[in-house]
Formats: sequence, C-alpha cells, structure tokens
Amino acid sequence: MDAFLQFVFSGLTVGAVYALVALGFTIIYNASDVVNFAQGEFVMLGGMITWFAHDAGLPLWAAALIAIALTSLVGVALNKLAIEPARGAPVISIIIITIGASILIQGAAQLVFDKQIHRYPAFSGDAPIEVMGATILPQSIWVILGALAVFVALWLFFTRTLMGKAVLATANNRLAAQLVGIDTGGIMTLSFALSAAIGALAGVLVTPITLVSYDVGVALALKGFAGAMLGGMGNPKGALVGGLVLGLLEALTAGYLSSQYKDAVAFIVILGVLFVMPQGLFGKTAAERV
Amino acid sequence: MSLLDVSGLGITFGGLKAVDDVSFAVPAGEIVSVIGPNGAGKTTLFNMISGVYLPGRGTVHLNGVEVTGQTPDKLAPMGLARTFQNLQIFHEMSVLDNAVAGFHLRERGSVWADLLGLPSVRRRATFARDGAMKLLERVRLGDLAEEEAGNLSYGQLKRLEIARALAVDPKILLLDEPAAGCNAVETEEIDALIAELAGEGIAILLVEHDMKLVMKISNHVVVLDQGRKIAEGPPEQVSQNPEVIAAYLGADGEEALHAEG
Repeated sequence: MDAFLQFVFSGLTVGAVYALVALGFTIIYNASDVVNFAQGEFVMLGGMITWFAHDAGLPLWAAALIAIALTSLVGVALNKLAIEPARGAPVISIIIITIGASILIQGAAQLVFDKQIHRYPAFSGDAPIEVMGATILPQSIWVILGALAVFVALWLFFTRTLMGKAVLATANNRLAAQLVGIDTGGIMTLSFALSAAIGALAGVLVTPITLVSYDVGVALALKGFAGAMLGGMGNPKGALVGGLVLGLLEALTAGYLSSQYKDAVAFIVILGVLFVMPQGLFGKTAAERV
Repeated sequence: MSLLDVSGLGITFGGLKAVDDVSFAVPAGEIVSVIGPNGAGKTTLFNMISGVYLPGRGTVHLNGVEVTGQTPDKLAPMGLARTFQNLQIFHEMSVLDNAVAGFHLRERGSVWADLLGLPSVRRRATFARDGAMKLLERVRLGDLAEEEAGNLSYGQLKRLEIARALAVDPKILLLDEPAAGCNAVETEEIDALIAELAGEGIAILLVEHDMKLVMKISNHVVVLDQGRKIAEGPPEQVSQNPEVIAAYLGADGEEALHAEG
C-alpha cells in the first residue's frame, strides 16, 4: 500500500507536467487546429533560462519570471516567423513546420546555453513530506498545484470571457470570425504567447525534480500530446485529466512491471485512443462535414 | 458623398485580369446590384471590397475614409458586413451562438470584468442574446435557435448568415447571392427583407443571379463581363442595353439581336 501511494505521488507529479504541456497544446489547437510539436521546447526553455538567469546571480523568482516572459516571446516569434507566413497551408504542413521549429529551438539552446544537465534548488527545500507512509517532495506539490491553477484559469478564460470565445470562434471559422470583427491575427499571437508561457511554467516548476538539458523537450511534447489525445484534443478538462492519467499509468508501470516499459506507455495510450475512441475521454464526437 | 465608393478597382490572378478598373458608388438606403455572367468577377469584386483579397489597383472608400485592403475585422467596426455565396458559418456552434457572435464588437469588454462576472458583463451578454434572438426571428430561424448550425439546410444557413451580418450593425451590407438555393417562397421573403433593410437606411450591395429579384428591388445595377464594367444604370435601362444582352447570351445572342433589329 505504501508503495502504491508512493507510485501515485510520483505519477501525479509527472502527470501534472504532462497536463501542463497538454494544456499548452489545447490553446494553440483551439485557436488554429494546429498541434504545436514545439510545445516541449517551451518547457525546456522555461527550465534552461531559469537556470541560466539564476546561475548569473538573480533570485530564483526573478529568474523564473524572466524565463516565462522570454519563452512567451519565443512563442510569439514562432507564430510570426514560421506559422503566420504559412497561413492557408494545410494543417499538416503547419504541424511539420512546428516539428522543424522544435529542432531549431533545440539547436539554438545548445549554442546559447550548453549541453550539460542542470538543476536549481527546489522552491521550498528538499525535505520530503510524509503522507500515510509514503513521501512527497514539496516541489511535487508546487508542480501539481501549478497544473491545477493553470487549468482553472484556462477553464474560466475559455468559458467565461469573450476573448476566450473569440479564440474558439477563430478555430471554428477564421473568416467568419474576422467578419464579426475578431482580430484573428491578434488571437493567434495571444494563443502562442499563452501556450509558451504555460510550457515555460511547467519547466520552471519541474526542473528541480527532473533536471533540464537542451533535449528534454521532445519526450515531453510526445507525452503531453498523448495526454491531450487521451483527454480529447482541445478540451482543457481533457488535457488535465489525460495528462494526470498518463503520468499515473507511467508510474504504476514503472513500479509494478519494469521501468524499462515506462516510456512505452505513452505510445500504447496513443494507439489505444486512436483505435478505440479517437475523440478521447472528453472530446466531442464530430464527423467531418464534406 | 456615397456610403461606399469603389474606384478603379482591379486584381490580376496569374496574368488574368479577374477584375479590371471597376468603379461605382452605393448611397445609403439604396440597393445596388452587381450582375454578370458566371466568371464575370462579381465575387472577386466583393472579396476585394470586404478585405478578403488585397486589391491590385484602385481604392475603396467607406463613408469617405479610404479602407482599401483593410482586413474584414477592421471593416466590421466601420460598419461593413457581408455574407458569402458559399457560406462562412460557425458550424460547431448553435444557431443562436452564431448570431450572438455577430455582437462580438458590441459585447466586448475587459477580460477581468468577464472573469469576475461583473453586472456590466451580464448586461452586455443579455443584450447580445436578446438582440440575436430578435434577428433570428426576423429571418425566421427563431425556433431553431438551439440547433447546431451544421444541421441546418442551405437556405436556412443563408438566412443565418444574414442575421449574423445584421448583428454587426452594418451601415452597408454586401450580400453574395442571398437567394441561391432558396425556393420561391424563401426568395420572396429574402426579397422583402432586403427592401426592408434598405428602408432602414442600410446601403445594400447585392450579387444575385435571380434576375427577377434584381430587377424588382434594385435602385441601380452594375453589369460586369470578363472583369470589366460594361454598363450601369437603373434596372429598366440596363436590361435594354444591347451590350448587356450580348454578354448574357454570348456572340450568338448578339447576332440574334442584330438579326431581329
């Protein structure tokens, strides 16, 4: 039982990171139907820039804020320089552009920072907290609370605010959105900035636990994508639940089967979702109209 | 000064002058129709005026302000709304939400006010909902308000698009074949609706294939053929113009005309 609870704690921690990546996917997908595979790089940048700035002598909180702000700018630049010029191209082409952008950002990170593995101190110390025989790191609680806070904020944004509805309208029919006066270019910029900021926040929160190096993004993007698929692409609730479930599955697989199979879980989830319920747990069943 | 002034407008697609040097004006409260054979450039002209295409040459003035090449989202607040021949609907939203979306500009407030659910936000939302409902009833879609838009028939979607365009509170409304795909009764209704809107002072620019409808309701008709304006004037005058008849019937028609004359 202790072991089980321990697995659950570690599963929730990684799951919360996957959920944050999946939430990032959700925003850009909602605005443009594009799956942004550079999402994982935003997480990497969040961690790397925080480490870099902290190493340069800034307090941790300032370093984290700078990391989130700079990563947002990278997100906006990605939209302006790579996605917007390709407007009108098929969604699949734009998805491939995001894969290219992901490779580019990784390469740039190697040059600007380095190829080492880094970490910085946890926000509230490293003393594990004991809960019913298992232990949880204070930093894990930060990660889980961070994911929940972002989820609640996004949920309110998409359901309560007119701007959130404008994002959804833009995804649904860009031209129609323009006709009613929605600045769709601005909506895209906002989506990329927001999505990058959330990715960076994930990186900031999780680096003290999982460490960061220039190449952590790809795996995170894949896992986040699996989480988003499992929950139903485009649905913030789905992203949260999908990410957490994936994290739990991974931790339980590692614990009870073998840690070697841990990374296979995400792929099995993707295949399972595609075979059994392509719309995911919370997605709408919608037939493409022709 | 007219509400809409189009001057020397032209665009070239791969060497083909799809629209070439077209000028005309639409005064407030008048119905101006653009007619012409298939491929004459009517929809292309609409797309340039409404900012969907960037014109290659010429200018568009709205209420005296130059708006050439402005995107649709910049034109909407200036009072230009349009519908599409091939429909631009939010298919995944309800009929009511489609119409509510038209109130976007008038419903807009700060994100923080929205998040806090301030009374002003609720007031604006209610205003948009009530207004949308009234417009839906006006185009006879009131009983379908909760239906998902994707489930509507073509004729119903045409009317939904008109309702959404009206929600923008336009000074000028561009209607691209509003009666296409509608039966005789629906055409009659759209006809009446357009006349009513013009009566309220909205300038209407219309592309329509139904000649009976055009001749009946238009104040002014502009005729395009192969991208060029070949005639314009009151409907009764334009319909007698030999060049117009030739454009519609082709070269054989011209011969036929000469033979008869």
